Amino acid sequence: MSNIPNDLRYTKSHEWLRSLPDGSIEIGISDHAQAALGDLVFVEVPEAGRVLAAGDACAVVESVKAASDVYSPVGGAVIAGNELLATQPELINTDPYGQGWILRLRPSGDAADLLDAKAYAAEVAAAG
Amino acid sequence: MPYIPHTAEDVRAMLDRIGVKSIDDLFDEIPKDLRIDSLPGVPAALSEMEVARLVSARAAADGRPLNFIGAGAYEHHIPAPVWALATRGEIYSAYTPYQAEASQGTLQIMYEYQSMIAGLTAMDVSNASLYDGASALAEACLMSVRAHRRSKSARILVPTTVNPTWRKVARVITEGQGLVLEEMPFCAEDGTTIPKSLARYDGQDITAIIIQQPNFFGQLEDVDALTRWARAHGALIIAAVNPVSLALLSPPGEWGDGGADIACGEAQPFGVPLSSGGPYVGFMATRLEHVRQMPGRIAGCTVDLDGKRGFTLTLQAREQHIRRGKATSNICTNQGLLMTAATIYLSLLGPVGLERVASACVARTAELVSALAGLPGVRAAFTGPRFHEAVLQLDRPVGQVLDSLAAEGIIGGHDLARDYPELGHALLVCATETRTVEDIAAYGRALGRVLGRQAAA
Repeated sequence: MSNIPNDLRYTKSHEWLRSLPDGSIEIGISDHAQAALGDLVFVEVPEAGRVLAAGDACAVVESVKAASDVYSPVGGAVIAGNELLATQPELINTDPYGQGWILRLRPSGDAADLLDAKAYAAEVAAAG
Repeated sequence: MPYIPHTAEDVRAMLDRIGVKSIDDLFDEIPKDLRIDSLPGVPAALSEMEVARLVSARAAADGRPLNFIGAGAYEHHIPAPVWALATRGEIYSAYTPYQAEASQGTLQIMYEYQSMIAGLTAMDVSNASLYDGASALAEACLMSVRAHRRSKSARILVPTTVNPTWRKVARVITEGQGLVLEEMPFCAEDGTTIPKSLARYDGQDITAIIIQQPNFFGQLEDVDALTRWARAHGALIIAAVNPVSLALLSPPGEWGDGGADIACGEAQPFGVPLSSGGPYVGFMATRLEHVRQMPGRIAGCTVDLDGKRGFTLTLQAREQHIRRGKATSNICTNQGLLMTAATIYLSLLGPVGLERVASACVARTAELVSALAGLPGVRAAFTGPRFHEAVLQLDRPVGQVLDSLAAEGIIGGHDLARDYPELGHALLVCATETRTVEDIAAYGRALGRVLGRQAAA
């Protein structure tokens, strides 16, 4: 059973969002997603200043068996990518909701179709 | 792998099993108007004996001319073991095998090849080869756009001293993806790109610059100055190099301040014969920081469960069979057989042997230029250092001179009229280690006769 913290919001494509006190948003991938990918060997994070539209591919997570895009559920300007991941991609495996964050952005609008923890848990369970 | 043809009975049994009347029915989904029933222009089949006769006659028509043409493909001596080994059944394959790890020998050859290419270019990592030098350059352009994430322009500076065929191929392959290849003129005096001419791009968003060394004219570019400009102005550097020359010249990884980002080129000079334009073999190497943007296969060295040394394809998440539409390239294989020949060639020659080949090329070409440029009506077009090619300027159209030389059994060089009309009657000549002093003297005598005769006529 994967860890799905209650204080975050989720997408069907397995990203999580955390609203920070300064109005910015932190994005990563869920515990379920990291477990499905397996050991990560490389993460490509977006550079600061890049402007994303909702639904844009904003990062790449690569494991020994697959490379997947991470989609930004909300549009906005990137404040920072997590530079630690360049040398420690495994932080996503070990701490997906903490040190394994992928990017922070200043949102330009509201995110559509986000799931709360309960709905995301149901989504994961339904996908089997 | 055995090749077992199907009998008519085999085919019938297979069709019956899947419930299909004829093989044609399997192609039902292709609309009728997209199919052709005949192949116009393709003659009827001949027997093996007739084909052998025809092809022998065609080959004999070529004769055994003395060759002084280079222009991107080069005649070098190929030691006999190269093809004796490369055509052995164990390794005689054009491609990376499927289930590659079952073919440890093939992967080891790829690994050795990559190690030698990386060593020659002074780059961190090489792929296991690409189709040819021209497509390798095109892939390098696409790669530079992916690798340079801060640059949004997809503008690549391409000196016109870069092989014109490679430029055309790069344009065709990249223009559909929005790349802009901007051509830059060369110095009329020494036939190289002038580093100072880059000043007009200062402050602009340039993704990359291509530097060919030696350039298409055989002249040596000021690679350090060009590389420094690119570094200082945030452009990546794509080095297109003749790999033989790397035995003498500074490798792309050591150019300017910090070296090139991508090195690519044509590895045909390493044991691959001239063959009507191909197949040839492209190489590509890069710095570790760009490896995930590099196309093509990469063999890695690792250990197996028992701790024994073994080889594996690595970084495959870049590739099409995993990454699908977002793969670095549609290339999911390598030029396996020619890469194998190149690997054997390099291991036979070693660094010292390759340096001797390269030095002999430089010496023969210098002798050729002094023999020909002394004739009335012939002069060297450019000053400055060169590798194993040179541009000569004649006092009359090159085409007719080449025809007359061909009648004397000499392929006199490459006519530059089509690609470089601004150079006038310009002829690109080449002499590798395979040309002897006698060969060069014979060319000199023949050219003197041809020019004298034509002048008299």
